[in-house]
Amino acid sequence: MGLLARLLLRNLLRHRLRTLLTGLGIVIAVLAFGLLRSLVDAFHAGADAASATRLITRNAVSLTVGLPITHRDRIRQIPGVTRVGMARWFGGVYVDGRRFFPQFAIDPANYLSLYPEYELSAEHYAAFLRDRNCAIVGRQLAVRFGWSLGDTIPLKGTFYPGEWRFRLCGVFRGATPVADEGQMFLHFSLLNERLRQEDHPRKDQVGVYVVGIEDASRAASIAMLIDSQFRNSRAETLTETERAFHLSFLEMASTIMLVIEGVSWIVLLVVLIVMANALAMTVRERRSEYATLKALGFGPRHLVALIAGESLLLATTAGALGCLLLLPVAARVGLAVQDFLPLLTVHPQTLLQGMLAAIGVGCVAVIWPIWYVLRVPVTAALRSSD
Amino acid sequence: MAARLAGKTMSEAAEPEMPTHALNAGKPAAPMVRLSAVSKSYWRGGEQLTVLNNLSLEVAAGDFIALMGPSGSGKSTLLNLVAGIDRADTGQVEVAGVDLATLDEGALADWRAANVGFIFQFYNLLPVLNAIENVELPLLLTGLHADARRTRARQVLGLVGLADRLDHRPGELSGGQQQRVAIARAVVADPRLIVADEPTGDLDRAAGADVLALLGRLNEGLGTTILMVTHDQHAARAARRVLTLDKGVLVDSAGG
Ligand SMILES: Nc1ncnc2c1ncn2[C@@H]1O[C@H](COP(=O)(O)OP(=O)(O)OP(=O)(O)O)[C@@H](O)[C@H]1O
Ligand SMILES: [Mg+2]
Repeated sequence: MGLLARLLLRNLLRHRLRTLLTGLGIVIAVLAFGLLRSLVDAFHAGADAASATRLITRNAVSLTVGLPITHRDRIRQIPGVTRVGMARWFGGVYVDGRRFFPQFAIDPANYLSLYPEYELSAEHYAAFLRDRNCAIVGRQLAVRFGWSLGDTIPLKGTFYPGEWRFRLCGVFRGATPVADEGQMFLHFSLLNERLRQEDHPRKDQVGVYVVGIEDASRAASIAMLIDSQFRNSRAETLTETERAFHLSFLEMASTIMLVIEGVSWIVLLVVLIVMANALAMTVRERRSEYATLKALGFGPRHLVALIAGESLLLATTAGALGCLLLLPVAARVGLAVQDFLPLLTVHPQTLLQGMLAAIGVGCVAVIWPIWYVLRVPVTAALRSSD
Repeated sequence: MAARLAGKTMSEAAEPEMPTHALNAGKPAAPMVRLSAVSKSYWRGGEQLTVLNNLSLEVAAGDFIALMGPSGSGKSTLLNLVAGIDRADTGQVEVAGVDLATLDEGALADWRAANVGFIFQFYNLLPVLNAIENVELPLLLTGLHADARRTRARQVLGLVGLADRLDHRPGELSGGQQQRVAIARAVVADPRLIVADEPTGDLDRAAGADVLALLGRLNEGLGTTILMVTHDQHAARAARRVLTLDKGVLVDSAGG
């Protein structure tokens, strides 16, 4: 190792505690930054996974108000529409009432053919269709609860009171990384039949219609056609692409997302200030050393290399450590929040951003110290030893 | 300079019985330092403080000057001008034939690296580098490669009597030893001129005497021109010539 490199390294390790704390600050900042970014990404993943050839039709009043089952045939007759699926939020709780996962009552044939990303083997599919007491779950959910085929899954209804028991007839895989494997599907007809028997006020109602269309470029005009069909009816509709639907669903959370994104930047800003302060303190302490180097004939090139090298070495090392820790930490956090954010993963570009952020902090924090050192008069070397 | 470095001048100095060269006090030599009508003042609180007033001075190559005078008389200021770490307001500072005013900051730094060795009152060694690394430091600015730098630094440390302290850090050395490392650092790149601002100011009598003896040997053996500021009459006796500065003016001079 060259003499200047040795000088740089020993300078860095001179105040071990200060270096350690500053490095720790960067590690934590990169970790927090990456985690918050991944949370925001996971929130948007639903929208990213959304198809452009699927429209979602819901009640214009609110998502919580259903649509009559009779809308289905009228939607299907609209030119350009290939298929109409139905889905209804079931909202049951499993076992102790604290284990939540989403369940949807669907019309299996139509709905599943609109979602080819949920891959189900032919046998499982046939078994599911054959028996209305059957349910299918995503692979991740099956693993989480240790279910295997034939198991009975008891759910306590919340919207639809009573005990519900489903038999597990199939497990689907997500064909894309963002296809949610954490959900359960059951038969709409079973649910509706029971509601009819009870003369439940919500009988014959659908949560949303999933509308398959031939041509994604005609999505807007078909959506308008659907909505105009039901204008001035008792259940007016609001139709959007699935993507727009997800985004509007996220809208209520978008302010929170904005705050989280802001916080991720503030974390970086804070560590930037911490690091700039530590470096400023350091170069002030070494003032006469830099003056001595100048007297010996070392120019700005060497001084900048020494100071910036120290800062960048610390920042990149700590940044890399932060990125390395981000993966296991995100995995743990992902487990904790999988009910709400099933798609929490660390994207490669988040790691890259974290690394760049650390390097950026290292670069910006060193600006003032460099300016200071370049301005130290050479005569300062003669004045005193410290 | 590489040629001078590559030469055997230092090893000659290591052996006192070798004939001295480059200096013959009897002969007039070309001046190493020439100050012509140099003035320097500082502004403090809107008031002008004249530190050096129209000062002229010639120092011959190979001379060893002790600069004395009361505190605040401008000794350090004068030294800084000659060493090229500060600039005069008016007048001309010429060292080894170069008018320092014609050099910009970068050129001046290069010039210092090639021509001036510094010895400071408080040694100013880098605390994280050991003795040999401190001595090696100025050689980074020469064309020498690593092995040659190492060898050279070891050689010079041997010359100042620290062959057994190569890997000691400054904190593990006495003041006198630190100053000897600093002297090794000042001479390692074979400068024409050595400036020393109270090099014995922080040392006891014995350590100070060692340092002065070393400077004397450098001056005699290598013909290095030395400009030393000191408060100490004893120290001044090591020099060939004593200059006294008072209120920015040279008042008298006497042979050393
Ligand atoms: N950077 C500066 N700014 C303002 N005044 C200065 C500066 N440097 C030196 N002076 C003033 O110039 C005068 C001469 O200073 P200098 O350091 O040359 O004195 P000196 O002869 O070396 O004194 P000492 O023996 O105490 O070291 C002093 O009055 C000092 O206060
Ligand atoms: Mg002084």
